[in-house]
Amino acid sequence: MSKIGRFGEFGGQYVPETVMNAVNELNEAYNKYKDDPEFNAELNRLYRDYANRPSMLYYAGKMTDDLGGAKIYLKREDLNHTGAHKINNVLGQILLAKKMGKTRIIAETGAGQHGVATATAAALFGMECNVYMGRTDMERQALNVYRMNLLGATVTGVDSGTATLKDAINEAMRDWTTNIENTYYLIGSVMGPHPYPEMVRNFQKCISEETRRQMMEIEGRLPDAVVACVGGGSNAMGAFYDFIREPGVRLIGAEAAGDGVDTPRHAATMARGSMGIFHGMKSIFLQNDEGQIDEVYSISAGLDYPGIGPEHAYLASTGRAEYVDITDEEAVRAFEYLSKTEGIIPAIESAHAVAAAMKLAPTMDKNQSIVICLSGRGDKDVFQVARYRGVDLSE
Amino acid sequence: MNRIDRKFRELNGEKALITFITAGDPDLDTTKRLVLEMEKSGADLIELGVPFSDPIAEGPTIQKASVRALRGGVTLVKIFSLVRELRQVSDIPLLLMMYINTIYRFGTRRFFDLCVETGIDGVIIPDLPFEEKDEVDGFAKAADVRLISLVAPTSHQRIAAIASSAEGFLYCVSSLGVTGTRSEFKTNFDEFFGEIKKSVKIPCCVGFGISNPEQARKMSSYCDGAIVGSGIVKIVEKYGKDCVAPVGEFVKSLKDGMR
Repeated sequence: MSKIGRFGEFGGQYVPETVMNAVNELNEAYNKYKDDPEFNAELNRLYRDYANRPSMLYYAGKMTDDLGGAKIYLKREDLNHTGAHKINNVLGQILLAKKMGKTRIIAETGAGQHGVATATAAALFGMECNVYMGRTDMERQALNVYRMNLLGATVTGVDSGTATLKDAINEAMRDWTTNIENTYYLIGSVMGPHPYPEMVRNFQKCISEETRRQMMEIEGRLPDAVVACVGGGSNAMGAFYDFIREPGVRLIGAEAAGDGVDTPRHAATMARGSMGIFHGMKSIFLQNDEGQIDEVYSISAGLDYPGIGPEHAYLASTGRAEYVDITDEEAVRAFEYLSKTEGIIPAIESAHAVAAAMKLAPTMDKNQSIVICLSGRGDKDVFQVARYRGVDLSE
Repeated sequence: MNRIDRKFRELNGEKALITFITAGDPDLDTTKRLVLEMEKSGADLIELGVPFSDPIAEGPTIQKASVRALRGGVTLVKIFSLVRELRQVSDIPLLLMMYINTIYRFGTRRFFDLCVETGIDGVIIPDLPFEEKDEVDGFAKAADVRLISLVAPTSHQRIAAIASSAEGFLYCVSSLGVTGTRSEFKTNFDEFFGEIKKSVKIPCCVGFGISNPEQARKMSSYCDGAIVGSGIVKIVEKYGKDCVAPVGEFVKSLKDGMR
């Protein structure tokens, strides 16, 4: 049997028979449109006029001076419409859903950024939209829940399991199985069954393609390192992809270590995970000896996932990409640091990448450079960080 | 001879009743008593669900059963021990219904070795479609354990490939969606089973949503048997350790309905 959708041994299509035809149809549609000039012209128009692409590459001069090492550039995905990189993928997939004749969109969301982006695109395309979100995440991201409702989407709270991202995915998959005929499942990360990991990466690879051009214009050379946070891994795959073929560019993913990888409360899949098959893919997961998926934890709802996309698992297995752990405390400090130093409040997810770069920069030379993928903005996280610091903002 | 194949030969056209319970819900001792009671009450084959933390193909009833079983500390090794005990007193075909990660993490070879050693006759893996079945197929064949294939109303042109290579029995999913009771079915069964029967060489049994004798009778009229899960698990949920007698009565009513 041919093995499609593999990155080395990772990936695959481990889904129930009921959705297998839909997965195949999606694969056919994606392959039909991915190189279609008309489709890409329409997508590029949306990227430019609606999402505000290309995103800026900003030289963080004060941060660079303060850290005293490599030059730091921020890839400003936080300036995209809806405030995160998620819109890149959503616009690509919803355009595909429309071409496929689907009328209803479902999505899962952790921090709510993918949910907001999906609700936004569904409003733009006039499609019904249902977003699944863990009840715990709805509480810590209440603003995004309201925002999705404002955009006309229904948000369905998920109480099963840990009531976080993984459970929202379970519930979205159950919905998809039930409503397969008119429903498009718009997965928000480089995970799930083939073709999602490849497709989502391709809709996000504009991040690294733009970064390459921008670095060549500004510095006349490629960056020495690209740093991005990793939950499922979509902004990191987007930020890494065009540099994979450049051995001189270090690719560094920052995972959420929560209270620390030596405690039970973390979401550091690469540091503590093992091979498994879950959510449609063979990849690395946090699980026990019986193959039960772990309850994971991070201050960041967007990184609070017990697995990682199969292409990341592959890049780690070949040594092409490195993965580091950033604790809640380190992420919150980076959140505060970037706010005070550059006047940019990063998403708590992206703050993990900022924290990793803060450790790395001083070890590098001044003529070297680091690009941080600033995947989202932090307005949504102010409440959560205040609570972490013991400040009560509730009225 | 594999007990599943032998059972269908013995049934010789009589409709098969396949019942499902989650192993270890509410505890393994009750599971053991349930298996024996269901056999006595007319079940022809029994599926034991291996609880998983994230059962994406299950509706709320079986999800809750999995949580109860996991809280009780059930593991795959303990389930194999239960099967070993059951085999001292029963020869009913036993299948494990489980998610692929449980097998993968346990070690596929070790898993099928234990199936042979304890007396498991088949496995049903809802998240292992035809395209990925070589993950376990070679091991299953070597162990003479039947890897049960599923077809769904959305399978369409996939039916021929799946049905022609299926073994044991073909699990025909009655309708879209997850496991759980349904009051009505939207599937066009004449069309669905018409398509299946063009290429299938083994018995076909229908499952998902069948929860009363009338549905079991009607649905099994299209094929060779019916599979009932959530309807039984609901009784286990309601009566806990005292569920054995009421489950027995329910299973008997299902089998009587199909005669």
